[in-house]
Amino acid sequence: MRKPLNSFQGRLTLCATLLSSILVAPLLSAAEVNVYSARKEALIKPLLDKFTKETGVDVNLVTAKGDALLTRLKSEGANSPADVLITTDAGRLYRAQEADVLQPVESEVLQAAIPAHLRSPENYWYGLSVRARAIVFASDRVEPEALSTYEALAGPEWKGRVCIRSSGNIYNQSLVAGMLATEGADKTAQWLSSFVPNFARPPQGGDRDQIAAVAAGQCDVAVVNSYYLGAMVKSDDPAQQQAASKVGIFWPNQAGRGTHINVSGAGVVAASKNTDQAIALIEFLARQESQRWYAETNNEYPAREGVEVSDLLKSWGGFKQDQVDASELGRLNAQAVMAMDRAGWK
Amino acid sequence: MIGGSLALPYSEVWVHLRNTVLGDYVLNSLLLMIGVGVGTFLLGVSTAWITVMCDFPGRRFFSWALLLPMAMPAYIIAYTYTGMLDFTGPVQTSLRESFGWGYGDYWFPEIRSLGGAVCMLSLVLYPYVYLLARVAFAEQSTALLEASRNLGRGPWQTLFFVALPMARPAIAAGVSLALMETLADFGTVDYFGVSTFTTGIFRTWYGLGELKTAAQLASFLLLFVFVLFALERRSRGRMRFHPAAPTQQAQPIRLTGWRGSCCFLLAGGILLAGFVIPAARLSLWAASDWSQFSSGAFLELAGNSFMLAAIASLCCLLVALFLGYGRRLHPGRVETVSVRTAAMGYAVPGTVIAVGVLIPFAWLDNQLDSFLRQYFGVSSGLLLSGTLVALVFAYVVRFLSVSLQSVESGLARIRPSLDESARGLGLTPAGVLRRVHMPMLRGSLLTALLLVFVDVLKELPATLILRPFNFNTLAVRTYELASDERLADAAAPALAVVIIGLLPVMLLSRGLSAKRESYVRPT
Repeated sequence: MRKPLNSFQGRLTLCATLLSSILVAPLLSAAEVNVYSARKEALIKPLLDKFTKETGVDVNLVTAKGDALLTRLKSEGANSPADVLITTDAGRLYRAQEADVLQPVESEVLQAAIPAHLRSPENYWYGLSVRARAIVFASDRVEPEALSTYEALAGPEWKGRVCIRSSGNIYNQSLVAGMLATEGADKTAQWLSSFVPNFARPPQGGDRDQIAAVAAGQCDVAVVNSYYLGAMVKSDDPAQQQAASKVGIFWPNQAGRGTHINVSGAGVVAASKNTDQAIALIEFLARQESQRWYAETNNEYPAREGVEVSDLLKSWGGFKQDQVDASELGRLNAQAVMAMDRAGWK
Repeated sequence: MIGGSLALPYSEVWVHLRNTVLGDYVLNSLLLMIGVGVGTFLLGVSTAWITVMCDFPGRRFFSWALLLPMAMPAYIIAYTYTGMLDFTGPVQTSLRESFGWGYGDYWFPEIRSLGGAVCMLSLVLYPYVYLLARVAFAEQSTALLEASRNLGRGPWQTLFFVALPMARPAIAAGVSLALMETLADFGTVDYFGVSTFTTGIFRTWYGLGELKTAAQLASFLLLFVFVLFALERRSRGRMRFHPAAPTQQAQPIRLTGWRGSCCFLLAGGILLAGFVIPAARLSLWAASDWSQFSSGAFLELAGNSFMLAAIASLCCLLVALFLGYGRRLHPGRVETVSVRTAAMGYAVPGTVIAVGVLIPFAWLDNQLDSFLRQYFGVSSGLLLSGTLVALVFAYVVRFLSVSLQSVESGLARIRPSLDESARGLGLTPAGVLRRVHMPMLRGSLLTALLLVFVDVLKELPATLILRPFNFNTLAVRTYELASDERLADAAAPALAVVIIGLLPVMLLSRGLSAKRESYVRPT
């Protein structure tokens, strides 16, 4: 039986060690760059390690949800230790720019590598990968000829046949924001009021769940991000593979504005103390071979043109991308949520 | 910070919410609370009663094993059951195959629903009730129970008229912990597509970009919780229970035959549903790659989780003791209200707490930094934000209520006359604490430590937002994989959360049984 005194001493020592490590931490600075990433560790860290190997610059990483990182950046303000923000969804990148936590970066390398509609017009952020919101259909029950556009899914022939996740999900919010940007508020509201009653079941689960539901016969079509289907095709789980084998993928709106896309991207934090390293890191991520790895690990499309995509993505064929300015999606996000609320999209 | 938001003017967003989704939020949150309240009460009290009062096959094993579901994060149990029971899962698929049914030909309960969420949350939250009720039942004076039996009341009547009312403060504390946890839960209801107050707060904050309105929603949630608990306390009224110190151990009633089997089946069934089945499912997933458990990175995650949980649970306990005694020595209105307010944190979603911690900490750091720059020309940068201090602080805010409930229900069982006689015998207040209270409180303090420890292990949102660079925990890793819909890969860290959570559960159950024997020894 230890005396309580001992455990108290132990606690004191622990606290002291902790405190000293906390106080000393800011004073140790070799060449380093601090990254806040909403992209998960497994999908980014190997590239960061490669960057360290090449340049000798240490990379420190915090991963969290995009919205949470933005909140953290805002409250840390001018003293934020972060140099680079990597996040998913143009809406969030736009919000970061609006909140003044990013700084514009004039980099010829990046401007040459990343197409104009995938970066901020004022150079606050640069897209690094592209994901498309596609229609997945049951191969045995739906002819691809029956599919055309997102708008057409509101037609009476799709009553009780559509699966899609909840309106709390940012992919759907951006999809509706994209429609608001191109079609206007009235048309979008009309579309929503016929689209929502076509749901086969109340929205639930993630994108993979929608694909599984199509495969199992609960619904005939689902609107999902393309990389989830890629992940299921490559999954170790036979059930997921089997579900993925029963569906086909369709790129909507090819005759019109193009398939709705979104990006993951990066920007340099306004408070950055290692701006040069930060820019160097983003330029490194925009390189040919980085782009290929970055896109392929998550079954996404590279943002840089002329980078080869994986065989799986090749088998799905090319498609026309909606060219709506990504920052518009951010600007219209709140309007989109309200429109979905009014239509009763859970 | 949250309270102040109630005074803000109501925006059009607020009006929009009121006209569209607010009714849903309120209704779903209410139904969820009623369901989980009833569920945890039934599961927790029944198991506590049979393991304390009855001797049935497997009793010793069940006494501690029934705590196991506590180590299961609610969102993890939701993932595993959904994988098994939803339309595309193995259960329904094999049903369809064997009967040749298609979609819509048969009825099967929908797991991803309000009812499903109630089941999931009840299964992992009943241990709060079980634990506190168990301590209460165990410390009840056997003399009272025997008197009741001698006066001709049967075992059931004794339970309802004597034991339950005496254990009421503890049971109420357990149920209210479960309810607060329910209100703060985001992972499960979000995954099941049930729109509650909590999911509404996040939608409003992120989707509509309205921090103010989100804070207003959060305040209403808190107000509601506050009123609820105040009502419970009021209905308890002036009842005070200070049982005489137990003089002997209760002799558990031997149950054999069908009665014993019933007890065994009840405890076994709950354990199976709340722990064994999901843990087996996780193990199956993790089994594809056992080697990952011994990798250095994995051990580091486990170490981080353990360290944080240990530090935070100790801090919580110290603060809870301080507050608990403050109220005992000066039971004024001000103290009571401030203690109640301090304990509200548990019902607030972790993200809201994290932001509430982040903003003042960062402000303080920035103020200090500019002060130093101005007068000494040095920059301190951010001293506290983004360090473990901020994180532990957030844990204390969030989980204080847990240790406080435990400490308070423990203190409530110590008669004030004991303090008086001890003081009369020449002990200082500190001496009373050390020589009278501590031995009597041991069970409650251990419970407080354990509950917070396990909670911190599972905690996700605040950890995600506040943690320092290059610092991860098992819960963070689990979330990263699960939110990517890679459930099979998330199994290993999830299992590790459960395994580390088992250590204190073992300790606690030993502590509880040791304590009961210590009553018998003359001291």
